[in-house]
Amino acid sequence: MVADAMDSLRQIFFQECEEQLSELESGLLEIQGGGADDPEIVNAVFRAVHSIKGGAGAFALEDLVRFAHVFETVLDEVRKGRLTTSDNVIETLLRSADVLSDLVRVARDGGTVDEGRIRACSDELAALSGVPAPAAGGADEADDGFADIGFTPVTVALPVFDDLDVTETEPEGATEYTIVFKPYPSLYSNANEPVVLLRELSRLGEVTATCDTSAVPCLDEIDPEGSYLSWTIQLRTEQAEDEIRSIFEFVDGDCELAISNGSGSSESAEPVDDEIEALLARVRGEVEGAPAPEVASEDNADAAFGSFGNSLLPLEQPEAVEATQSTQPATAKPAPQPAAEKPESTQPEAAKPAAAAKNDKAATPEAAQTIRVDLDRVDRLMNLVGELVINQAMLSQRLSEAGLSRSSEFATGLDEFEQLTRDIQEGVMAIRAQPVKSVFQRMPRLVREVAAATNKKVRLVTEGEGTEVDKTVIERLADPLTHMIRNAIDHGLEKPEVRVANGKREEGLVRLSATHRSGRIVIDIADDGAGINRPRVRAIAEEKGLIQPNAQLTDEEVDNLIFLPGFSTASTISDISGRGVGMDVVKRSIQALGGRVSISSRPGEGSTFTLSLPLTLAVLYGMVVTVADQTLVVPLTSIIETLKPKPGDVHGFGGDSRVIALRNNFVPLVDVGRELGFRSEAADPGDGVALLVESDGGGHSALLVDAIQGQRQVVIKSLEANYGRVPGIAAATILGDGRVALILDVDAVVAGSRVGNLGQEAVLAMAG
Amino acid sequence: MSDMSAALVLDKHAGIARELIAFAVGKQEFCIDVMSVREIRGWTPATVLPHSQSFVRGVINLRGAVLPIMDLAVRLGFPPTEAMGRHVIIVVQVGSQLVGLLVDAVSDILTVTDADMLPPPDVASDMAKKFVCGLLAIDGRMISILSVDNILPERDDGEAQ
Repeated sequence: MVADAMDSLRQIFFQECEEQLSELESGLLEIQGGGADDPEIVNAVFRAVHSIKGGAGAFALEDLVRFAHVFETVLDEVRKGRLTTSDNVIETLLRSADVLSDLVRVARDGGTVDEGRIRACSDELAALSGVPAPAAGGADEADDGFADIGFTPVTVALPVFDDLDVTETEPEGATEYTIVFKPYPSLYSNANEPVVLLRELSRLGEVTATCDTSAVPCLDEIDPEGSYLSWTIQLRTEQAEDEIRSIFEFVDGDCELAISNGSGSSESAEPVDDEIEALLARVRGEVEGAPAPEVASEDNADAAFGSFGNSLLPLEQPEAVEATQSTQPATAKPAPQPAAEKPESTQPEAAKPAAAAKNDKAATPEAAQTIRVDLDRVDRLMNLVGELVINQAMLSQRLSEAGLSRSSEFATGLDEFEQLTRDIQEGVMAIRAQPVKSVFQRMPRLVREVAAATNKKVRLVTEGEGTEVDKTVIERLADPLTHMIRNAIDHGLEKPEVRVANGKREEGLVRLSATHRSGRIVIDIADDGAGINRPRVRAIAEEKGLIQPNAQLTDEEVDNLIFLPGFSTASTISDISGRGVGMDVVKRSIQALGGRVSISSRPGEGSTFTLSLPLTLAVLYGMVVTVADQTLVVPLTSIIETLKPKPGDVHGFGGDSRVIALRNNFVPLVDVGRELGFRSEAADPGDGVALLVESDGGGHSALLVDAIQGQRQVVIKSLEANYGRVPGIAAATILGDGRVALILDVDAVVAGSRVGNLGQEAVLAMAG
Repeated sequence: MSDMSAALVLDKHAGIARELIAFAVGKQEFCIDVMSVREIRGWTPATVLPHSQSFVRGVINLRGAVLPIMDLAVRLGFPPTEAMGRHVIIVVQVGSQLVGLLVDAVSDILTVTDADMLPPPDVASDMAKKFVCGLLAIDGRMISILSVDNILPERDDGEAQ
């Protein structure tokens, strides 16, 4: 039970890590792109690392905590403006982000990390921050206490803090505050930690903290969850009291807090403007949910809130008075501005609350309202909607069978129903839709690594990251994209010196973009490299026996040769690509998603690979065909063309198999009915229709079916859920008449027909 | 194995009344535990699955789910059912899967205690060994209690992956 709870917490932590890591990376890239001046971005980056560190501490992931700490230290320097984000620094930071994400991955999935790389990276970071990297064995001092007990409290880093921290530049002269801070047990039980608060305080200025241990009882009387320590802190800072209070904002009510200027005590409050006093009293009254207390009773107010409230009074006073009336001289502050600036002096003061309010406002929309929903629930909803679509189709079919006119009330009602159904379907699909950003974000790192390994300079430009597509598509997009980007850098881009010699920029450009086009998502991977070297591609294909030496091929056909299995142009097998599992794997995985890949390449100017994918895997465009009285659906993406075979076109080839003449080629003819065991006798090609399909590895085959019923969008239903895998069948669907129709697995049917039949090479050689 | 587990179930429910749903296949009567039955529906033509075993009749649409239909007659060693409108599909749950059993007709619901149950006779019939986990003798009728666990085809093809 406890383990379960811990597991699910862990899971949430890692989910959040993913989010933080992507925020970290995109933030760093933004800084690289010139966003270093925007404190929001720098803060976001800092927060990301900080949160990971905090969470990792809670799960005793020491390696992670240690590295995150070093990382965070450097980011803090950047945040405070002590370290400028030069290109070198950014590169180190990006590399550190990669290391951090590796560490997170290892913490989640197990496995090993490259110790040397982490070491090198943290040394580099340490050099930047000027703080020596902690020895691998022991945590650094600041975190020692937490690491030992395996728990690091997570400071809730609200933008409000950070903004103020950064934007606060008013030269107000240092003021000495005395802060008496006495936590209640509830502070600890709410997972707050005084040390964190003290550390926050120390960021404001010089801190001298004295811990009062007089309340600590004898050991046998100690309540392990009790609170016995209190602190008296002398803080010398230029910041306003608001800053100090904001640090304690989260322990409001969980501690006794008194802040006073100089050495004066908060209880000996200055004379207070009646109006403000009344206002404060009312605010307190509202917070307590009680009628506003008398001003006089204020001193007697008991309980945590009362005493905290009291201590607030003097804080509020000088600030508020000055801001609203500007008449009373600020008693606590040293006369701040020279007389010449007097007229302006009220303005920043007055503007401040407004600025703070603005910050608050800016912080609100940042917390985008999202919920985590189990994917199963969405899928169930999706199923039901699919069912609704089918039901609606059935209803309208029945209605037209009943002979009702189009203008009847039933028909118009049904039209509205149809519209609603479509809206619901779109709505549910939108739930599953996610921006491709999550995949695109992994690419900068890949580009960095591949560029470093190949000694090329590469700039990656991504566009259309917000383009949304179904989650399942996104998940299965990462591998093909990785392959293609690798290829673009490794094979596409020239070496820097070659580029310069050709009058190009030394730095190669890889552009990754996504757009929606007619119900599909189109992803382009473009490079400005040398383009496909067609004579070489041809020579290799000939050498490997993929085409016949004298084959007549168009440029496009030559380009497409790189998708053939076993084709690899790299003359030396590099680490990056060239394992011989290049583009054919890409093509296959894209086709498995119901997509297509195409190339356009211009010598000397570069190549563009275009992926066109369906927006969802839950529906599919298919051609509905009849085979031996059974209705089947053939995915439209695998069909190239349909043809009506003429009797003379079909020839026997060997014992049992047949080929069909197609223009100047012979393509194997696959009798679907026989392949699926629907009939034992070979069908007469003259009575049927042939579907020319492209299958595994780019080979062409003709599927013989009895008739084509039409094309339509179908909702994919699993056969595995209640039955099991059926050879030759990819899935099932339900047609408008309510009957189940099977979706053909084209690759499997074609492969099945090849067993003990035509070898693929023979087919290809013939096709060439 | 499943005979044993079914026997254990019987033991566990010793003395407690159980409800069984009785139906006819061919000229014989069978019954299954009512707890495993999800619904009973009329026959609709099934879509044939390629390369399936003879007792797999095909799949039908059960409110959006694809439901495989087993011809119980063939499964039990009788000639195939000539399915028509009056035939009945009993939808049962086996593990996490739903399966439709094609039977001739559902007759009644029996409430029995384990005292009414007899062990299956030791006959050579494959069917008896594999699917029947007990017998009921009620009003001179002999009703075989089926264990639904073995009705599904062995998933050799699906699990080979």
